[in-house]
Amino acid sequence: MQFRIYRYDPDKDAKPYMKDYDVEPEPSDRMLLDMLIRIKAQDDSLSLRRSCREGVCGSDAMNINGKNGLACITQLAELKQPVELRPLPGLPVIRDLVVDMSQFFKQYNSIKPYLVNNDPPPEKERLQTPEERSALDGLYECILCACCTTACPSFWWNPDKFVGPAGLLQAYRFLADSRDQATNERLDNLEDPYRLFRCHSIMNCVDVCPKGLNPTAAIGRIKELLVRRAV
Amino acid sequence: MSIPRRQFDAVIVGAGGAGMRAALQLSEAGFKVAVLSKVFPTRSHTVAAQGGIGAALGNMGEDNWLWHMYDTIKGSDYLGDQDAIEFMCRMAPEAVYELEHFGMPFDRNPNGTVYQRPFGGHMQNFGAGPPVQRSCCAADRTGHAMLHTLYQRNVRANTHFFVEWMALDLIRDGSGRVLGVVALEIETGEAYILQARATLVATGGAGRVYAASTNAFINTGDGLGMAARAGIPLEDMEFWQFHPTGVAAAGVLITEGVRGEGGYLLNKDGERFMERYAPTAKDLASRDVVSRAMATEIKEGRGAGPDGDYLLLKLDHLGEDLIESKLPGIREIAKKFANVDPVRDPIPVVPTVHYQMGGIPTNYHGEVVAPRGGDLEAIVPGLYAAGECACASVHGANRLGTNSLTDLLVFGKASGDRMIRFLRGDALHPDLPADAAERPLARLARLDTQANGERVSEVANDMRRTMQAHCGVFRFPDLLAEGVVKIKQIAARVTRTEIKDKSKVFNTARVEALELDNLIEVAEASLISADARKESRGAHDRADYHQRDDVNWLKHTLWFKDGSRLEYKPVHLKPLTMPGFEPKVRTY
Repeated sequence: MQFRIYRYDPDKDAKPYMKDYDVEPEPSDRMLLDMLIRIKAQDDSLSLRRSCREGVCGSDAMNINGKNGLACITQLAELKQPVELRPLPGLPVIRDLVVDMSQFFKQYNSIKPYLVNNDPPPEKERLQTPEERSALDGLYECILCACCTTACPSFWWNPDKFVGPAGLLQAYRFLADSRDQATNERLDNLEDPYRLFRCHSIMNCVDVCPKGLNPTAAIGRIKELLVRRAV
Repeated sequence: MSIPRRQFDAVIVGAGGAGMRAALQLSEAGFKVAVLSKVFPTRSHTVAAQGGIGAALGNMGEDNWLWHMYDTIKGSDYLGDQDAIEFMCRMAPEAVYELEHFGMPFDRNPNGTVYQRPFGGHMQNFGAGPPVQRSCCAADRTGHAMLHTLYQRNVRANTHFFVEWMALDLIRDGSGRVLGVVALEIETGEAYILQARATLVATGGAGRVYAASTNAFINTGDGLGMAARAGIPLEDMEFWQFHPTGVAAAGVLITEGVRGEGGYLLNKDGERFMERYAPTAKDLASRDVVSRAMATEIKEGRGAGPDGDYLLLKLDHLGEDLIESKLPGIREIAKKFANVDPVRDPIPVVPTVHYQMGGIPTNYHGEVVAPRGGDLEAIVPGLYAAGECACASVHGANRLGTNSLTDLLVFGKASGDRMIRFLRGDALHPDLPADAAERPLARLARLDTQANGERVSEVANDMRRTMQAHCGVFRFPDLLAEGVVKIKQIAARVTRTEIKDKSKVFNTARVEALELDNLIEVAEASLISADARKESRGAHDRADYHQRDDVNWLKHTLWFKDGSRLEYKPVHLKPLTMPGFEPKVRTY
């Protein structure tokens, strides 16, 4: 199976280049990550992040034949050859397929990603109906892999100002939580020409999300909340 | 050679559930704490836990933490320390409520309380049955929901994370006190001394010591290797849990929650075989019992599939609605990794290595304890351990499902509290020994200069194959003895591995070589401890000593790296506030 992989080691390379690999899959190899591990066994200088190998930790996001995805749940059978692998777009490359995600996490932290409830906690759990809880479905499952945010042109142009789809999905996760009391502060924090409104519903985020989540819809709900607050 | 040094009140190695729960205690109390993690915190392996957190909330019907305690002791095959087990089960409900207050998106009952599902080995009325609903869950993504919630709460507390830093070795002075760690910043390749008055090891398990494992690649027992090299023994390392339902060939976990929600196992004849092995609990017997039953079915020719090498997990009768609401994650996994949609077809599963019951010996405060001057459990000053890398021991010879998350919440918090107490009583940083960084720098230097060595991946694969073949679900005396010889040969090869990549920048070849240094300690400890234990108990099942032997073996193993020596220490059969539960015959 043929691969073309983006390579760049600032320690020795003047500039990035694409390197070709031809590796035979074993019958047990099912996913792209299986092949990357085979490649690394031959050429240990290839750097990538990986951990859970089942699509829940979010480590091995990369650009696969032009589309962001997780190597560990991308089936080999789906891939056109040579499989072209690049680091996630729009973030600085540290080395090979490893990007610097500081900006991504800075935006995530900026939405205050934690429950705010100033009442004294009850002795037992706070109550929440199954319906209230189901409002969090499709939101809390985000794995922070950054596939969506780095597929978003608005984030490419304004990574320092636009929160990006992953951060906004989590902003809505807390707005939607019946236990959270910071709705106004959260909306104030997003009511800005860039932070929220740079989303132009291009929907690349929805297209690439490996967990099947829909940040565009969540962003729409935040905009609705802002409109409703204004009237 | 001098390297940069930074000072903290506390260093926590590992940002999974235990490390982050402890970090929260320290950060919120105002201490300067550094949390090191090889991966971004939400990528730690706690994220992969599926089924739930065990706590006797009683939301679904009557339950009692004493029943939870009994089940855990019985599940441990009486090797668990009853003081630690009492502490965990008593504190579990509070730990769950706290997590809920932090924002954890638990599933809910119509009355608004946290939903709880049945799980293996959790029974009503001191084991009499029937199964009790004790597992607090968020669909089948409990670990993910929990780890993100803990990270979020740490963001709120301004915890200082050192992301993509790998701890290499503990720093210990002549008196035995631990003074921090030497760590590698993966992005730059620079080593630092991180000096701390209190150090917590929360590095998780070492499941990657086996060839087929449900564990993430990062589960390489780094804390265990560091402890072993620092002269601290590893406890009960012969006890490895094989989870009954790993996806055949892929190894990916399918939660016991599937059986909790009403799924069951079938052999090739379509027989629900667990009824023969565990007439009361059936598919919800303890994991060691179910895994052995499955291995027996396969061995006796009743496995399914073209090679008869797996069994079938049936859940289509639960209906698509329940599967979508309670088990959506495993449906996704089954489709991707087994090519089956469980709404229609059963999932091919095999027992797969999942959890290490043993680890760094601690008491129920999370303080590391080791033999010294006649005291078998002398506290190692300045050192703490919590979570899968620690052995309190609450799991003994076999862990119950859900108790891993309970363990890391309860003991993460307890160790954080204990560290705070220690820090308040002792405000000075002792001097670092002159050779503080000698060992880790020598390890790094060897990798920089080693020539004509073997590839890391080759040696690591041989180690994994050896563990798989010689230390499995069933253990045979000849295989164990051979395994000991082989693993010692492989350990010698580990010291001569060579990496071609010498770059400073994000060198993952170097990381993998350093991880192998840790894995091999675990492998050696496991095989030597298993070879020596001449009985069958929990997950350790020997063909030549088929019975549990409480007269000779109701004791914990301690393996020391120095000379690969074994010692033993008694099990704590006395709980904190009540008479102990006497060992009895264990049936489900």
